[in-house]
Amino acid sequence: MRAKLRKELPLHLMLLPGLVMIILFSYVPMAGVMIAFQKFIPAKGLFGDQKWVGLDNFEYVMNLPSFTQVLWNTLFISSLKLILGLIIPLVFAILLNELASNVIKRSVQTAIYLPYFLSWVVLGGILIDILSPSGGIVNEFLGWFGVSKIFFLGDNDWFPFTLIASDVWKNFGYGTIVYLAAITGIDPGLYEAATIDGANRWHKTWHITIPGIRMVIVLLSVLSLGQLLNAGFDQVFNLYSPQVYESGDILDTFVYRIGLLDAQYGVATAVGFFKSIISLTLISSSYFLAYRFAKYRIF
Amino acid sequence: MTTVHRSKKFDGISVLNAAFLILVSLLCILPLVHIIAVSFSSSAAASAGYVRLWPVDFTFASYMYTMSRTEFWQSMVVSLTRIGIGTPLNLLLTILVAYPLSKESHALRFRSVYAWAFFVTMLFNGGLIPWYTTLKEYGLLDSIWALVLPGAVPVFSVVLLLNFFREIPKELEEAALIDGAGHFRTVWSIFVPISKPALATLALFSMVEHWNSWFDGLLLMGNPANYPLQSYIQTIVIQQNLSNMSRDAMLDLALISDRTLKSSQIFLGSLPIILAYPFLQKYFVKGIVLGSVKG
Repeated sequence: MRAKLRKELPLHLMLLPGLVMIILFSYVPMAGVMIAFQKFIPAKGLFGDQKWVGLDNFEYVMNLPSFTQVLWNTLFISSLKLILGLIIPLVFAILLNELASNVIKRSVQTAIYLPYFLSWVVLGGILIDILSPSGGIVNEFLGWFGVSKIFFLGDNDWFPFTLIASDVWKNFGYGTIVYLAAITGIDPGLYEAATIDGANRWHKTWHITIPGIRMVIVLLSVLSLGQLLNAGFDQVFNLYSPQVYESGDILDTFVYRIGLLDAQYGVATAVGFFKSIISLTLISSSYFLAYRFAKYRIF
Repeated sequence: MTTVHRSKKFDGISVLNAAFLILVSLLCILPLVHIIAVSFSSSAAASAGYVRLWPVDFTFASYMYTMSRTEFWQSMVVSLTRIGIGTPLNLLLTILVAYPLSKESHALRFRSVYAWAFFVTMLFNGGLIPWYTTLKEYGLLDSIWALVLPGAVPVFSVVLLLNFFREIPKELEEAALIDGAGHFRTVWSIFVPISKPALATLALFSMVEHWNSWFDGLLLMGNPANYPLQSYIQTIVIQQNLSNMSRDAMLDLALISDRTLKSSQIFLGSLPIILAYPFLQKYFVKGIVLGSVKG
C-alpha cells in the first residue's frame, strides 16, 4: 500500500501545477457567478459585503425588449452558421476528392485553409475595407454587373448574412480538411469494386464516400450543437456598429456592452450565467449523443 | 495528403469542378492580396480606388509611418513576450497534466476526478464579468501574466496529447521503470522525445493562439502601452478613425491615407502567420487527423 502510494506520488505532484492554475483561473471565476444575484459594487471586492438581490437582475433582463431580440439574433446567426458550416465543407471535400490533378488539389487545400489561421481583427479589417460602400472592391465588382451599392456591414437586412457568409469563408477550409482526412480512410477497394460493377461518379459518391464518412458527419454535427449560443463574439465585435445592433447584437456582445461599458455588472453576469447554463446543458447532451451515436469519447 | 485514386477522367464535369474549386481558392486569397496591394500603393491611388491586385505608385510610406510609431514596437514586444512565456508554459503544463491522465485508473487514484476537473473547465465558465473581476482582484491587470496565466492549461491540447501518450507501447515505460527511472525521468527521456511531432503541433496551436488573441489584451490592459499587437491593431484598424489622432501625427499623414495605413497594419498583423503558413498547414493537418477524427 505504502509502496504503491510512493510510486503514485510523482503522478499526483505532476498534476499539481495544472490543478492550481485551473482552480485560480477557472473555478474561482465560476464562483464569481454569484455576482448575478448581487447588486455588485466592484470596490467592495468579489468576496466583499455585497448586497444580495435574489433574481432581480434576471427579472430586469427578461423584461428588456432588446433581450428577446438579442436571443433571437444569437440563435438565428449561430444556427445558420452551424448548418452551412457542416454542409459546405462536406461538399468541398467531395469535390476536392474528385480532382484528378494532385497539384491543383494541394493548391486548393492550401488556399482555402489560409483564412482559418488569421485573427478576426485581421479579417475584420480586410472585410471592412473590401465591403465598404465607398470604394470597397466588392461593391465596385458588383457595380460591373449593374448591382447598386450594398451596405454589407451597415444595413440590418444584410448584416446577419454578411456575418454568416464571412464565418463560413473563414472556417470551411478547416472542415473540408477534416472530411478529406476521413475520406482518405475509406478502403480504395470499394471504389474499384464499384467501378467494375459499372458505378459512375455519383453512385460512388452517394453509396461509398458519404456512408464511409457518416460517423465523422454525425460526430461533427452533434458536437457543433453545443455551440448554439455562441454566435461568434470575436467576429461580431470586430464587424458591428451601432447601426446594426438591432440585427447583429448577440448574447456575448450584449454582455460586454451592458457589463463593461454600462457597468451593470450584476445584470451582465446574469445574462452570462443564463447563457452558460444553457450551453452546459447543450454541450453535455451533445457529448452524450456523440458517445451514443458515434462512440466518441473525450478521454 | 494522399487521397483515394480512382477513375480520373478529363471530362467536362472534371474541368468544371477544377475551375470552380480554383475560383473558390481565389476568393480565399484575393482579399488578402488586395489589402497588400493597397498597403504598398500611394495614398492618392488608394483613396481614389485605383488599386486592384497590384500596388499603384509603389511606396513604403505607410510601413515607414507604422514602424516609426513607438506603440507599434511596444505592442510587438508584448506579443513576442507573450509567445515566449505562454507557449513553453502551455507545453509544460500540457505534458505534466497529460502524462498522469494517460494512465489507467488503477495506476492513478482519483484519475477520473482529475480528468473531470480539467474537462469541466471546457464546459462551463463564470462568464465575462466574473472572469474580469477575478483577474482584477489578483492584481494582474496591466501585466503580461494576465495574458498567459488564465489559459495556461490548454485542456483541448491535454486531451490530444493524452490520447497520443496512450498509443506509446507500455513496454517502453516498463523497461524504464525497471531500469530505475522515476515518472519524471520517464516523461522527459521517453515520452517527450517520442511525442515530438504531436508536441510540435501543439506548440504551433499555442503560438497561433497567442499571436491572434486580441480581446484579453484590450480588456485587461488599461494602459495601451501594454497592448499586444493584435489589440493595438484592433484599436487602430477597427475602432479608431484617424480624426482623433494628435496634430503631429496628422502632419505625417499627409503622405499616407487612412486606407493604406490600415492595410499595412492588417498585413503586418498577419505576416508571421503567412510566413509560417507552410509549416502550420502541414502540422495542423496532422493535428486534425491526430485529434478530431480519431474517435
